[in-house]
Amino acid sequence: MTEKMIISGFGGQGVMFMGKILAYAGMLTNKEVSWIPSYGPEMRGGTANCSVIVSDEEINCPVVNKPSLVVAMNGPSLEKFLPALIPGGLLVVNSSIVKNDVTRDDVRVLKIPAQELAAEKVGKANLANVVVLGAMLAKTDVLTLDDVVAALKEVVASKRPEMLAINRQALEVGMNYVKENQL
Amino acid sequence: MKKYLLKGNEAIAEAAVRAGCRLFFGYPITPSTEIIEYMAKHLPAVNGTFVQAESEVSAINMCFGAAGAGVRVMTASSSPGISLMQEGLSYIAANELPVVVVNIVRAGPGLGGLGPSQADYFQATKGGGHGDYRLIVLAPSTVQELVNLTQDAFDLADLYRNPVMIMADGILGQMMEPVVFQERETRQLPAKDWATTGAEGRPRNTITSYSLQNEIGEANCLRWEAKYRSIAAAEQRWEQYMTDDAAYLMVAYGTTARIAKAAVQMARKEGIKVGLLRPITLWPFPVDGFKSLQGQIKGYLSVELSAGQMIEDVRLATNCSAPVHLCNRQGGMVPAPEEVLERFKEVFPAAAAAV
Repeated sequence: MTEKMIISGFGGQGVMFMGKILAYAGMLTNKEVSWIPSYGPEMRGGTANCSVIVSDEEINCPVVNKPSLVVAMNGPSLEKFLPALIPGGLLVVNSSIVKNDVTRDDVRVLKIPAQELAAEKVGKANLANVVVLGAMLAKTDVLTLDDVVAALKEVVASKRPEMLAINRQALEVGMNYVKENQL
Repeated sequence: MKKYLLKGNEAIAEAAVRAGCRLFFGYPITPSTEIIEYMAKHLPAVNGTFVQAESEVSAINMCFGAAGAGVRVMTASSSPGISLMQEGLSYIAANELPVVVVNIVRAGPGLGGLGPSQADYFQATKGGGHGDYRLIVLAPSTVQELVNLTQDAFDLADLYRNPVMIMADGILGQMMEPVVFQERETRQLPAKDWATTGAEGRPRNTITSYSLQNEIGEANCLRWEAKYRSIAAAEQRWEQYMTDDAAYLMVAYGTTARIAKAAVQMARKEGIKVGLLRPITLWPFPVDGFKSLQGQIKGYLSVELSAGQMIEDVRLATNCSAPVHLCNRQGGMVPAPEEVLERFKEVFPAAAAAV
């Protein structure tokens, strides 16, 4: 199985972090992984994105032209990457701020009010990115919640161990939102 | 063995530290800055020294001096910065000093753009600075290979007393992939008895590239020429993929080699007999790899992020025994595998028709 992902949003929404956690989780489960950031002027405000591939097979082309999964944390990201999503692919939308219409009916759409969930159920609005991560895990088979928690342990807990529990909680809030609402 | 998820730039820097690099001089530039950042952070811990120079011109000349003192030294930059280093590289080559230079190539010419590119191929492989000299040029295509070739680069530099360039593009510098740092077999390397380390108790060593007599100048040139010939004979490296029954060959290095490999896999699914030759050394160019396949190949496609530079070496390596075509993107753009396959079918319609 191969998941080719583009994760995109404003600088500061934590999209690079989301991608890094996914790549790390893939590595810990002995999958092939690659992570490429948009680098350069985009980092100074505006839209940032990263391309992540998690696969059971060798990754030849690390550039993601036709993603199977797109995470749009803001409106411009949806406009930019929805056309590239493969038919049947998964679009995960941060519906707290993305109000754009999804103009395709051949893709799966997951709308997550991530900022409200993060603020109300986690108590930290800036964990909206981790809530989205949890929600998308409910809809992809490439990684499990446990895989991602293991990655969080390595990446977050090594520097800020006090943040691990709340990150895990944010993942679960996202995943449960999808399950409870049968999205 | 512990796996690390590292950016290409970080992987190069860590590999250099592990290879015994103890001095680093550089000036930051996107997309290679993380190398400099990493060295600044990690060299002091191993009793090394990092200096941010006031420009690339000083950085390369600091490397010149450090290498003359026999220390493992590296610098890193991206295209416009590497241009500024060319005079220094010519001097380092003439003085036969081991220096490792990393070029994380971005789009050019001029200030260009920050996107990935391979348009510095001519500069890296054909000289770049003045005079007849060569850099050994290594072209990794994965983050793991960045690690392995960085470690090799220091050995090659010491072995041949020659500057070595590691050439990668912005994608490889910026992307993260899992890497391991293996214990490596150490190569038998000559003692640095030529280094200017203080002449107490021994005759003075002199490092200079200036000769007032033409006869001495020519003798030097002949010595260098012989060295370059021996490097060309001994150090060609390449990878072949699906070449056993190939009637056509894609040629690509670095990031484009990965894209071409994906294109070869797509072509194979359609029954098209095409393979890939991936040069790992750009200088010396792996002519022997081409020779071993020459009888069977009906056409070559050079896949490059430039207006067509390596394609000239492909033509030379094959003596134009079959048509050589170009598939390229420029200015920071990269082709999709589908695009490469489409171009292949366009220039070699007979290959697809033969299926």
